[in-house]
Amino acid sequence: MNRKLVNKILAHLALLPFIIFAVFPFYHMALTSLKQNRELYDRNAVPLLIRQGPTLEHYAKLLWETEFYTWTKNSLLVTVLSTFVSLVIGTVAAYALARLKFFAVASLGTLIFVTYLVPTSLLFLPLAQVVNWLGLGDSKWALVVTYPTFLVPFCTWLLMGYFRTVPKEVEECAMVDGATRIQALWRIVLPIAVPGLVCAALFAFTLSWNEFIYALTFTSSSEQITASVGVTTELIRGDIYYWGSLMAGAVLASVPIVVLYVFFLDYYVSGLTAGAIK
Amino acid sequence: MAIGSARAIPATGRPRLGARLRERLDREEFLGPLFVTPALLLLLVLVAYPFCMALYFALSDAFIGRPSHWVGLRNFLHLWQSDAFRQTFQNAFVFTGAAVACKLVLGISLALLLNQQIWFKRMIRGAVLLPWVIPTALSTLGWSWMFNSLYSVVNWTGIALGLFDPPGPNWLGQKYYAMTAVVLVNIWRGLPFFAITILAGLVAIPNELYEAAEADGAGAMRRFWYVTLPMLKPVLAIVILFSTIFTFSEFNIVYVLTHGGPMNSTHLFATLARQVGLETGRIGEGAAISLYLFPALMIVVWAQLRFVRKQAY
Repeated sequence: MNRKLVNKILAHLALLPFIIFAVFPFYHMALTSLKQNRELYDRNAVPLLIRQGPTLEHYAKLLWETEFYTWTKNSLLVTVLSTFVSLVIGTVAAYALARLKFFAVASLGTLIFVTYLVPTSLLFLPLAQVVNWLGLGDSKWALVVTYPTFLVPFCTWLLMGYFRTVPKEVEECAMVDGATRIQALWRIVLPIAVPGLVCAALFAFTLSWNEFIYALTFTSSSEQITASVGVTTELIRGDIYYWGSLMAGAVLASVPIVVLYVFFLDYYVSGLTAGAIK
Repeated sequence: MAIGSARAIPATGRPRLGARLRERLDREEFLGPLFVTPALLLLLVLVAYPFCMALYFALSDAFIGRPSHWVGLRNFLHLWQSDAFRQTFQNAFVFTGAAVACKLVLGISLALLLNQQIWFKRMIRGAVLLPWVIPTALSTLGWSWMFNSLYSVVNWTGIALGLFDPPGPNWLGQKYYAMTAVVLVNIWRGLPFFAITILAGLVAIPNELYEAAEADGAGAMRRFWYVTLPMLKPVLAIVILFSTIFTFSEFNIVYVLTHGGPMNSTHLFATLARQVGLETGRIGEGAAISLYLFPALMIVVWAQLRFVRKQAY
């Protein structure tokens, strides 16, 4: 009994460095965003604490003197639209690949899996040309169009796993009772697969909110860029870094994800493993 | 009878179309392709086609805003004569090797710890997973402030603990330190994926195996070596393959932290491709650099399909 408790305490002690490693950068970001410049750029100050009083001046500067509000709005628009589109396309594709028998279904499944592995940094140069031809150069709509290229394979792959776990008999019963296949999908299969849909939606939202290389390449003007691009490019003038505002921007632009994360932690955990294991 | 059927034709004309459609939609060989078409079209237009364009660009002297000509393999030969590219090639392997190895060892350790009976289980898991969820470009910005040449909190802590002599290393301005910093941030960001996935693998190992090993007199080390590791093998294979391709093609961390510098010592294929292809406008050469990611992708895909997915089907 006593040995068990000692072991438990030892496990926590061993976990501590991992937890500090994971969380400290966020603590330091938040701290920096609340510090006065006087303390921030004082080489004799202790960087781990706020000693000379907190301030909101960096946040005020970010909100009133930059286009941060526009960037966040762009991020939200791009993320919500591309998530929704990808979820719809991915759901029907996943249902077909997991449930229906038709020409070349197995190789199509493999194809989706392969595109799931294609990194965005492989194709951004030619995609920039395609985006220009579509007349979407320097427009946030380019992102709405291109984000599904990595979201659809991901959603499809994740949902195929979920659809396979729904027993075939449930659906067949409904069809014996006179429902069409689409009705059976809509009324029987989808409601059972809601956890999978939530999971796919959360991950798609997170992936597109966090996307950087396409956003950096396809958009450049201040009215079109997303929050991550805005914070990393527009708040740096030449070689001058406004660290207080930069950190304030990084904190604020992470808020939507953190909120989702706190509420849906368990879905994140299950989705992370499902994406790799299923 | 004759009159009835004559009247029935116009009456059933429209419903029959609807009924035929409904019947079609119930047939798998019709509904299946219909459901897959949107995804397939999207991937053809925005993945397969750009990929072919990348191949064409790489074999041409494409330059932004100028008609291009076929030059064969000249871009690839040209690249090998450039110091920046040879350095990048080496960086990519050093970066991927170091980062994936560290993430694997730390990931297994962290997963083993998380698998113990612990207090605040949910909160601790939440904290550990956090780096994976926050936008990488933004959290890397936080790291670049932590590595700042004048106000680095890393150096301050290191000096306070007696690890560095003041003023401490200039992390982002010195060759090997910059690579260390970039690898460190990649480990920080990728560790949650390893830990949580391996944890899922650990949970799935049946307890009887451990009990049997213990009954046979195996200590903790041997139980880990002869039970845990072999049972984890499939999960480890998947995690390593996934992580290899995404680490090899890393862009965000290097771009935000060092921009490939100092002296190209942290450039990876993706960041060099962007610099050559967009900032200096030589799209052909940039595309050729990007394509170096492709063999790595092929190997990972092949290994996944050959060894890993086989067990799933």
